[in-house]
Amino acid sequence: MALSYLRSSSSRSANLLRPLSSAASLRRPISTDTTPITIETSVPFTSHQCEAPSRSVETNPSELLTFFRDMALMRRMEIAADSLYKAKLIRGFCHLYDGQEAVAVGMEAAITKKDCIITAYRDHCTFVGRGGTLLEVFAELMGRQAGCSKGKGGSMHFYKKDSNFYGGHGIVGAQVPLGCGLAFAQKYSKDESVTFALYGDGAANQGQLFEALNISALWDLPAILVCENNHYGMGTAEWRAAKSPAYYKRGDYVPGLKVDGMDALAVKQACKFAKEHALKNGPIILEMDTYRYHGHSMSDPGSTYRTRDEISGIRQERDPIERVRKLVLSHDLATEKELKDIEKEVRKEVDDAIAQAKESPMPEPSELFSNVYAKGLGAESFGADRKEVRATLA
Amino acid sequence: MAVIFQGVGAAAALASSPSNSFDSNKSVFAPRRSFSVRKGASFAVVRSDGTVNLNPKDRRAQLLISNAVATKADSAAASSSSKPGHELLLFEALLEGLEEEMERDPHVCVMGEDVGHYGGSYKVTKGLAKKFGDLRVLDTPIAENSFTGMGIGAAMTGLRPVVEGMNMGFLLLAFNQISNNCGMLHYTSGGQFTIPIVIRGPGGVGRQLGAEHSQRLESYFQSIPGIQMVACSTPYNAKGLMKAAIRSENPVILFEHVLLYNLKERIPDEDYICNLEEAEMVRPGEHVTILTYSRMRYHVMQAAKTLVNKGYDPEVIDIRSLKPFDLFTIGNSVKKTHRVLIVEECMRTGGIGASLTAAITENFNDYLDAPIMCLSSQDVPTPYAGTLEEVTVVQPAQIVTAVEQLCQ
Repeated sequence: MALSYLRSSSSRSANLLRPLSSAASLRRPISTDTTPITIETSVPFTSHQCEAPSRSVETNPSELLTFFRDMALMRRMEIAADSLYKAKLIRGFCHLYDGQEAVAVGMEAAITKKDCIITAYRDHCTFVGRGGTLLEVFAELMGRQAGCSKGKGGSMHFYKKDSNFYGGHGIVGAQVPLGCGLAFAQKYSKDESVTFALYGDGAANQGQLFEALNISALWDLPAILVCENNHYGMGTAEWRAAKSPAYYKRGDYVPGLKVDGMDALAVKQACKFAKEHALKNGPIILEMDTYRYHGHSMSDPGSTYRTRDEISGIRQERDPIERVRKLVLSHDLATEKELKDIEKEVRKEVDDAIAQAKESPMPEPSELFSNVYAKGLGAESFGADRKEVRATLA
Repeated sequence: MAVIFQGVGAAAALASSPSNSFDSNKSVFAPRRSFSVRKGASFAVVRSDGTVNLNPKDRRAQLLISNAVATKADSAAASSSSKPGHELLLFEALLEGLEEEMERDPHVCVMGEDVGHYGGSYKVTKGLAKKFGDLRVLDTPIAENSFTGMGIGAAMTGLRPVVEGMNMGFLLLAFNQISNNCGMLHYTSGGQFTIPIVIRGPGGVGRQLGAEHSQRLESYFQSIPGIQMVACSTPYNAKGLMKAAIRSENPVILFEHVLLYNLKERIPDEDYICNLEEAEMVRPGEHVTILTYSRMRYHVMQAAKTLVNKGYDPEVIDIRSLKPFDLFTIGNSVKKTHRVLIVEECMRTGGIGASLTAAITENFNDYLDAPIMCLSSQDVPTPYAGTLEEVTVVQPAQIVTAVEQLCQ
């Protein structure tokens, strides 16, 4: 009953608006609307040693449609990377983020580019959220010159200095002390920004995390530690790896918040709350309850340690993009068709970027020796036969 | 070449490797450079008339001496000042260098265990916390892995932390951060980030501190791509290397030695730095080249006295730069004397001497009249008993014997 009403009302308004929208534009005028809407998060926040923020999140149509578009872009990008990997154009390790897009998108909505983000190796979508282009992503994945690290980093080493994205790290947990160092530098320069140091449920058992947390709490650093809990550390479920899987409580004296990581609005609310908290009171831990559809990496089918029913169940009930789609449709912010058009547009963007990336050349052989040192060292490097100077290490 | 010259092509060309001279005829103070400091960036201004810009920020600096190779033939010590300077101990020289750099550049900060209120376990940071405050001189908890990581993270944003390992051996706990993040981030980010961090600390054998506190770890860090390693041995080069390391855009590991902290020497009043990639000519000679660094330099000089009495003329070079080797200075020496003896405190297996032997053999094999001899410490954990500890490292008598053998 309600569904038919919705359908008829959207077609009515579509009829009214059709003459106004041009053929080229796929957006209704309403999509740039910034009148605030208040939406309740799916589940309330659980807190440890602090007051949980309210369940009601303020947003607006423009933001919701941006969420939809960005998450659709990220999802499409990761699926395309999957195909490229199977086509052997991407080699080595490739860790895909599909299912977890809400964390990247929600976080960006709450912060500015002056705040720093540092994460581990599942970094493609976080990079895009920070302003990285699709071309840079695909070129780097394929090891080409147009990549963000000039093809020398690979999937696990995406960085974007001008928007304060510090990577992209392969060793589990090592990015958390780096992140606390970023927060230290922010406090040192007194520039009122915070650092989000992301890690997984597997990394939550690393000693250096607690060391860094201790120092951050001692020195009152604006560090926000975000545990992206997708419940599996590669093939090991969280209950097999952690005596206490309540990661938001593990900070003990450091306050924590547990967030539904599949709800972009909840993530946005939590990050906003965390930023305010960190600037006043020092570190806080956010645990994002999220899920990855792919295995740990492309070499992991992802089905030996969890059932296909579990994966498809989460996809049906908690998928972040579907949630935003339902919100948009129920609040009548766009039609089904328009959302599908956005997805088509996004798909085309991704395909174009891949085509462009494929044209980018491989790095020159001389690039092997560049950027080892910051310029000016003059150390020489010989070939394996050591008969002639191959390059001066720059 | 010293990275302080980066960005100024002319100055870099003038200051390029071939001009690193151990030529005893060249004056130590030429070429003159003047520095003015702008918000952390520094550049060299060469004046044609030889006058220099007074650096208004630096109280004592009148002149910046860039070329700091000791070339006085007769002095065993490495100081090279023609003006009366001031006398101090090696740890005070390190402290002075650190303090001057912290004054000069507000981005420099120090972090380590007990460096702040306690003043440093070897007093290298004494008084700095009072002067610069708790945010610039940071007492860390005992968490090497994380505070080294934090130093590296801070360096990625442009701060210049000086991380102290209370003993170099403790830095093994931070090896992942040093190897993977410190050394590699400049490369894997395609040049986006530089890591201008200095990691320093005492190491070496000799106070009966036991096996875990008397480690010789230069060799462990040797292969890490992207880092530089230097070892100081006198108050003069300690201060110079400390300052150059802080100013360098590359991550630098500065190795100090527990037994050398109380060495006394007269150093210049003026502001000076030592080139990070340059070796130091301690004693020019004709018969044999002895390459050494850190504490073994003193054992070698002691042996040199005996050797001179016996009629030998050894050339002693303190290599100072452990990564990369100053093959120019070393090579010129080899071409002159045709015999090489390496005396080091590092372990025999995979040590600095082993790499140096390989490097010299590959590059200068034609100039050698005899195989290279390498005297290193024994491949054992350092024992506690005094007599055993003495035998773990190379002693002057062994050096004399080795030279006699080489020169037969």
